[in-house]
Amino acid sequence: MQRIGVFVCWCGSNIAATVDVQRVAEELKKEPGVVFSADYQYMCSESGQNLIKDAIKEHALTGVVICSCSPRMHENTFRKAAASVGLNPYMVEIANIREQCSWIHKDKATGTEKAIILGRAAIAKVHLNAPLIAGESPVTKRALVIGGGIAGIQTALDIAEAGFEVDIVEKSPTIGGKMAQLDKTFPTLDCSACILTPKMVEAAQQEKIKIYSYSEIDEVKGFVGNFSVKIRRKARYVKEDICTGCGLCTEKCPQKKVPNEFNMGMDNRRAIYIPFAQAVPKVATIDPNYCTMLKTGKCGVCSKICGVKAIDYTQQDEIVEAKYGAIVVATGFNPISPAKFDEFAYSQSPDVVTSLEYERLMNAAGPTNGTLLRPSDGKHPHTIVFVQCVGSRCDGAEKGKPYCSKVCCMYTAKHAMLTREKYPDTDVYVFYIDVRTPGKNFDEFYRRAVEEYNVHYIKGMVGKVVPENGKLKVQAADLLSNEQLHIDADMVVLATAVEPDPSARSLATKLTASMDTNDFFTEAHPKLRPVESPTAGVFLSGMCQGPKDIPETVSQASAAAAKVIGLLVKDKLVGNPCVAHSDELLCNGCSSCEKVCPYGAITYSDKEFRMPDRTTALRRVAAVNPAVCQGCGACTVACPSGAMDLFGFSNNQIMAEVDAICK
Amino acid sequence: MQVENKEFKPLIVAFCCNWCSYAGADLAGTNRLNYPADVKIIRVPCSCRVNPMFILRAFQRGADGVIICGCHPGDCHYTTGNYYARRRMTALFSMLDYLGIEKGRTRVEWVSAAEGQRFAETMNSFVSTIISLGENKRLEDLRCKTK
Ligand SMILES: Cc1cc2nc3c(=O)[nH]c(=O)nc-3n(C[C@H](O)[C@H](O)[C@H](O)COP(=O)(O)OP(=O)(O)OC[C@H]3O[C@@H](n4cnc5c(N)ncnc54)[C@H](O)[C@@H]3O)c2cc1C
Ligand code: SF4
Ligand code: SF4
Ligand code: FES
Repeated sequence: MQRIGVFVCWCGSNIAATVDVQRVAEELKKEPGVVFSADYQYMCSESGQNLIKDAIKEHALTGVVICSCSPRMHENTFRKAAASVGLNPYMVEIANIREQCSWIHKDKATGTEKAIILGRAAIAKVHLNAPLIAGESPVTKRALVIGGGIAGIQTALDIAEAGFEVDIVEKSPTIGGKMAQLDKTFPTLDCSACILTPKMVEAAQQEKIKIYSYSEIDEVKGFVGNFSVKIRRKARYVKEDICTGCGLCTEKCPQKKVPNEFNMGMDNRRAIYIPFAQAVPKVATIDPNYCTMLKTGKCGVCSKICGVKAIDYTQQDEIVEAKYGAIVVATGFNPISPAKFDEFAYSQSPDVVTSLEYERLMNAAGPTNGTLLRPSDGKHPHTIVFVQCVGSRCDGAEKGKPYCSKVCCMYTAKHAMLTREKYPDTDVYVFYIDVRTPGKNFDEFYRRAVEEYNVHYIKGMVGKVVPENGKLKVQAADLLSNEQLHIDADMVVLATAVEPDPSARSLATKLTASMDTNDFFTEAHPKLRPVESPTAGVFLSGMCQGPKDIPETVSQASAAAAKVIGLLVKDKLVGNPCVAHSDELLCNGCSSCEKVCPYGAITYSDKEFRMPDRTTALRRVAAVNPAVCQGCGACTVACPSGAMDLFGFSNNQIMAEVDAICK
Repeated sequence: MQVENKEFKPLIVAFCCNWCSYAGADLAGTNRLNYPADVKIIRVPCSCRVNPMFILRAFQRGADGVIICGCHPGDCHYTTGNYYARRRMTALFSMLDYLGIEKGRTRVEWVSAAEGQRFAETMNSFVSTIISLGENKRLEDLRCKTK
């Protein structure tokens, strides 16, 4: 039998005014196991806590019930007080007689009666409490960043700067992400490569950062502080440590007709390629879909030309296994394909381009070396129509996305402005639903486009684009003047919506991290924990969490790094001891619990059991990993055999509370 | 229905999840929003922790109504807990209805940590429903009576 002490708090007059605290103390003294009972003005004050501590020592209490304010206020205070005199903190229970009693019931008799019942329920529970010890697990002091766009690079740099090892896993042959493809960046119009490439180089040179380019995540196991990850280093058929990036092979390869993804397929590259001049790592990669040697066994030009003998046609995918304490997801985004939007004639005319293609057409390192030329005939365009919100803010969402892509208004203003700046003889029209420019210096930027650069902003929708005699006939509605417009354009630029990288969904499954209906990773709390995923130890950085521009991406990247550093500086993680546990003798291995666990905390193993007839038998039983379990209790209810239970909120404890209330 | 017994003080058990509804109940208290003392709250980590067994036990011990409160769909601290709760309780409540525990005696409600008002209103409306239904006699096990 427990030796229980009951402490009834007056909370000044907050409780004492409507609850007869002395009577509560007296009545509860009569409960079985209660060996001490007292009331006091402020239990949470130092003298109140001393009263509790002294009573624990003097009466050798094994359990404590505090009748006071909500446990959400002072549960920790009282647990700490108990722990300081050697009583396990989980032997303390609180009866909430303020928020749930004295503050809502004006009649003293009613309040007092309810307070006694709540006290009894807490006593009944404490009888079944058992000391709980929070598990500790060590922290692997190394972080993994998945995705090497600006988000991933910034996160990795910050973590490395703080002195921790970081690995970046990037699926394409180089880090840099979409920002490497941009020409100038709003709202300052500084050149994207000029601000990005120094960071890429810094990441490559930083000793604490290891870059696995052309690599993907195969498997993630473990939990916060102790992830074990399998990284697939895809065969690039070039020895990364030997290749000097001289680029000779990429000039001599006879397979010249490979669409160049870096220039959005608007020109060609060879089968062996370096994505762009400042690629990091600057190493060639053979595209197995186009390489004649890999496909037919005949060619071998690159291997002959390579001065350092870096080419290896027999290379295989390699699996690297590594341990990490924290994982940051920075898998970014892609513009959606405009193919579904037939009305804009994207698939009918090469002069209808997406905004990212337009970035490449404007870029000095792009397919036209920075001169704006129509893809169809290489002539200079005189009239350009920009269409905003292509696939963003769509109702129904079967064609597009329900959300605002956030960056399109600003980059379209940028495109319009840059075009007018370089080619003042072009007429530029922008069709918009709303222009959204919340951000530092954003609205000023947009107004400059309208006022200084005379870009024609028209509120309205483009209904149809028809290629005709080398022109693009644009039919549109001007919503403000209520007119139908017909514009003969030379080019049409579609500001297509952004969407998460297609690989994000399978990655989320591997990480047991959750996603929203649009496949953006969800944060642990939309306001208060914006860079953490609900899965402990997994953090979010950049566009993979939702549309954002570069300044926001970088802020979030640094915030995620700060969270990771906060985790990695710890030597040990102290868990929550109120976790699930299964009784192996009752468990029948049915998997019901595993299916409902949102964190993948439950695993199975075959264990040997001694049977009543003295033989042994193998049985499949469930086990909960206490470091992963968050203590929701879903599994305890799913378990058909009553094997699964939760420490701190056990079936018996809750039943005892029900019984005490329903007396 | 029969004439209401003025003296009837129902016994109501409310299971509240720690993260939203329990905090909502706290806020109702902080804002001094009244609801009848007949409601007694049991704190659980999540609405998905509520085992049908607890509800059966409450009715067996003479409770007149049981209500389960959790975070709004999509807001569960453990992401999916309240969906499980909703599914389980729908099945349980129709079974209880079949046994004679009218649907009105059982309820699932979503109350966020910011909805003190909603918590008090929910409890007020639940208590008045229970009063109009009268005492639970179907499942109460008289052998459990102590008094
Ligand atoms: C046309 C256009 C113009 C823009 N102009 C501007 C501008 O002027 N100013 C501005 O502030 N913002 C601009 N933006 C927005 C800017 O591009 C983004 O804010 C920024 O690129 C987001 O960076 P990120 O690292 O989150 O994503 P990304 O740049 O998409 O990087 C993600 C990286 O992760 C890699 N990856 C993806 N999945 C995996 C996986 N499963 N495993 C490993 N690696 C993976 C990708 O290969 C990529 O390298 C523009 C966007 C567009 C579309
Ligand atoms: S209590 Fe919740 S988190 Fe823990 S094992 Fe059970 S279902 Fe998973
Ligand atoms: S639900 Fe219960 S019986 Fe089934 S595997 Fe889990 S613990 Fe074992
Ligand atoms: S935590 Fe409130 S319902 Fe799950």
